[in-house]
Amino acid sequence: MSTCLAPELFSSTEPLVLAGSRCRACASVQFPASDQCASCADGSTVRIDLPDRGTIWTWTVQRFAPKSPYQVPPEGFTPFAVGYVDLGEVLVESVIVGDVDGLQIGQPVRLVRHPISGTDATWSFAFRA
Amino acid sequence: MSSRSDVYIVGLGIHPFGRHEGVTGLDMGVIAVKSALGDAHLTWDKIDFAVGGSNTAKPDALVGRLGLTGLAFTSVRNGCATGGVALSTAANTLRAGVGGLAVVVGFDKHERGAFSSDAASYGLGSWYPRSGLMVTTQYFAMRTRRYMYEHGVSERNLAQVAASASRAGAAHPAAWRRRELTVDDVLAAPMVSDPLTNLMFCQPDEGAVAVVLARGERAFDLCAQPVRLASVAVGTRGPGSFEVYSPSLSPRRGGSPSVAAAKAALAAAGVRAGDVDVAQVQDTDSGSALIALAETGLCGDGEQGALLDDGSLGADGRLPINTDGGCLANGEPIGASGLRQIHEVSRQLQCRPMGLAAATPPRVGFTHVYGAPGVSACAVLTTTEL
Repeated sequence: MSTCLAPELFSSTEPLVLAGSRCRACASVQFPASDQCASCADGSTVRIDLPDRGTIWTWTVQRFAPKSPYQVPPEGFTPFAVGYVDLGEVLVESVIVGDVDGLQIGQPVRLVRHPISGTDATWSFAFRA
Repeated sequence: MSSRSDVYIVGLGIHPFGRHEGVTGLDMGVIAVKSALGDAHLTWDKIDFAVGGSNTAKPDALVGRLGLTGLAFTSVRNGCATGGVALSTAANTLRAGVGGLAVVVGFDKHERGAFSSDAASYGLGSWYPRSGLMVTTQYFAMRTRRYMYEHGVSERNLAQVAASASRAGAAHPAAWRRRELTVDDVLAAPMVSDPLTNLMFCQPDEGAVAVVLARGERAFDLCAQPVRLASVAVGTRGPGSFEVYSPSLSPRRGGSPSVAAAKAALAAAGVRAGDVDVAQVQDTDSGSALIALAETGLCGDGEQGALLDDGSLGADGRLPINTDGGCLANGEPIGASGLRQIHEVSRQLQCRPMGLAAATPPRVGFTHVYGAPGVSACAVLTTTEL
């Protein structure tokens, strides 16, 4: 049974829902959820569920293996895409699963479970193109 | 001509950037300080206080190598903006009337390869680097991609920036990368993070720079051509700024620390961006250089392509940028990098460049550094005739 890398990122794992927070003062939404707004000095926050569908706001491809604690799998490193996903009230940074040479800004993506590199036993989130 | 509180650059020293086997960061710092003191015909015991910047060492340890004169020595560590913050600290201290002569020094000696950071020190959970997201090159690439999408900058423009930096670096004896590159060389290089190839990125390396500052009329006794430090401003990010190591961003864009620092520096100096004759912008990568040009007001969003195509940004153009090759040709020893900009712009204003000379003798210089997580420092330097 695989385990979740960081349960605090999710308000639900079945179905999969990312947990964000919205500032009571300035309405800024952030991820991961935080008790303190990152945008204004005022802000106490409320927890919210983030949408599981959005569009690619920007993206790149990680062409070399990141340093530890990222783990390179035994079969070797495979380049992967990373982007910010526009979820309406917030842009969330995420691994993007899909054709790394065919991604486009504005492309629809949806939230999925994604195995963490170098292990079959741990998962986190990604957005799939 | 000058007031008692005006601050001037009266001495410049540099230890070449690059890789220096067997030479420590402190060694390079000592060499840069002695060189700057020699340039001003001064000795260490005449200096009232010092400010030093390094990301890897203790700058105040330099007193053990330069002389135990008992002076106040402030150490600064502000990421890639360290040099600008060190300069600001020293200039403001002088303006406050504390002493009349200051040394500002920056040095570093980094390991090969991309910088790595500790997630906890940035207030981030371990899930973030474990997921492969905590990589600075990703950030620069994603910010560049979005800027290209919004403002029509092309991949060829990114390569033009790197080729232009290589021309300046090839001519500069203190630069690290001395090989001139063509646009095709840059485009054909291995991709690091699309759309940025490895020749569009600067690399961590080693080096040191020091400047001697003097307050008031004394500057004119020490130096035939003092450079007036008209202003230096430091700012951190506001809401909506697109910064490195951000698990999320606000869709309400804004808050760039570079916009704020540039505005403040230009206003304090009483000049407009259009008055700038020679400039340095933080070119951690080609995309950052192009974005910084617009954020500082040196050009409008989307105008970069035309400025590159008509040669405006080269040494012989109307707005020479990074005339020593910038970070792209010099690499980035973090503590020294911002002061390298000051060193180069000062030499251009004094008409004694080590490498390429601005075609028209400049009167107003501008520098911009930017570092993680969202700190920027900008300075305006002028000739004393202005």
